[in-house]
Amino acid sequence: MAVTGLVLVLFLVAHMLGNLKIFTGAEDFNHYAHWLRDLGTPLLPYGWYLWLQRGALLVALAAHIWAATMLALRARSARPVRYAHRKKVQGSYAARTMRWGGVIIALFVIYHILDLTTGHLNPIGDPTRPQANVVADFAPERWYVTLFYTLAVVALGFHLRHGAYSALRSLGQQTPQGERRARGLALVFAVALSVGYLVVPFAVLLGLVR
Amino acid sequence: MNLTLRIWRQTGPETKGRMVTYQVEDISPDMSFLEMLDVLNERLTLAGEEPVAFDHDCREGICGMCGMMINGNAHGPQRGTTACQLHMRQFTDGDTIDIEPWRARAFPVVKDLVVNRNAFDQIIAGGGFVTVPTGSAPEAHAAPVAKADADAAFESAACIGCGACVAACPNGSGMLFAAAKVTQLSLLPQGQPERYTRVVGMVDAHDEAGFGGCTNAGECTVVCPKGIPLHTIGRLNRDYLAATAKNTARS
Repeated sequence: MAVTGLVLVLFLVAHMLGNLKIFTGAEDFNHYAHWLRDLGTPLLPYGWYLWLQRGALLVALAAHIWAATMLALRARSARPVRYAHRKKVQGSYAARTMRWGGVIIALFVIYHILDLTTGHLNPIGDPTRPQANVVADFAPERWYVTLFYTLAVVALGFHLRHGAYSALRSLGQQTPQGERRARGLALVFAVALSVGYLVVPFAVLLGLVR
Repeated sequence: MNLTLRIWRQTGPETKGRMVTYQVEDISPDMSFLEMLDVLNERLTLAGEEPVAFDHDCREGICGMCGMMINGNAHGPQRGTTACQLHMRQFTDGDTIDIEPWRARAFPVVKDLVVNRNAFDQIIAGGGFVTVPTGSAPEAHAAPVAKADADAAFESAACIGCGACVAACPNGSGMLFAAAKVTQLSLLPQGQPERYTRVVGMVDAHDEAGFGGCTNAGECTVVCPKGIPLHTIGRLNRDYLAATAKNTARS
């Protein structure tokens, strides 16, 4: 869980930083999207780097979901008789919502690829004009898209808050001071990443990016 | 105090159990939770009914025998307290209290609120011991222990093996128990020779006993009557990673 999660986190950071290009203008953003496909040439044919990255991410994602499913199945078999009366959360809220949060994020990723990668669910869906796709996507009259996006990013934030902390623990973080640092780091990281993702749709919604 | 109790009654390991409602009257707020159950049992016995079976021994919070889910809390609402040290002043007159046994596949119900915690003994047998030479006690100064290590080891050694961590864990994992034992021994010089075989052996025994996997949810440490900290699990993880990476453990 920890290792595959960290691979996915690296992608999330790069993706978030790439998104912020939208604030430096449409040309920059479109150029960045083109550069991603051009990356690695002439060593690699055009677009190959991106497909290699997609392959690696898919492997990490599949392993992440497989490990999570195994843990969930073990948890289910470890308590065959449920409690009649159970306090829902005593420890961390983020920890108790990891599984459903993960499902929400997975569904969102599928929608997100159909929307802004393949363009099937996008009002414009022109792969040569990614900036226009984004602006059309988060237009005020399509508020439900922004709402779903926000929900998914908040779910991601919670997922990362526990995920980052738990990954550090799994990799051997073992002192009380380290635990405080790990909790703080996970919280700051989760908030920073969520904000970084949310500024884009809200900037479009408020007309700051057009 | 007058209370309504809803207690899990199950006549044996193979039978189906159910929640049964009882009324208890004139309970003193100074009684312990188990004394309140004693009052109920006395009444049940006089009426010719089967008393409620529950585990208990020292009744001073150090043996780890007692333990039950009280209103969905392992050992009840008070933090850092075993069920026997919980007093009725924590409740108010007219309360309804749900009492259930620990729920885990590795802890099958024997009768009513009594569960079989042999699975913890299996974890200990998996490596929770040290090899010591027989004969006279060694010179204490020959094995110095840093104060910080001694304190951390002692903190983990406070584990009484009551099973509350398993009962509260959303995954039904016994990792806090295993981690407390691993931490206690791996911090002391006496625990070094078997350090890496121990951690692998104990985790294997833990998984074989049917406990779930740890996801660092932290519910265990909240209900632990001895306050075993969650970072002990990090110590177990680190030893486990070291053992499996170096392949020191040939179990």
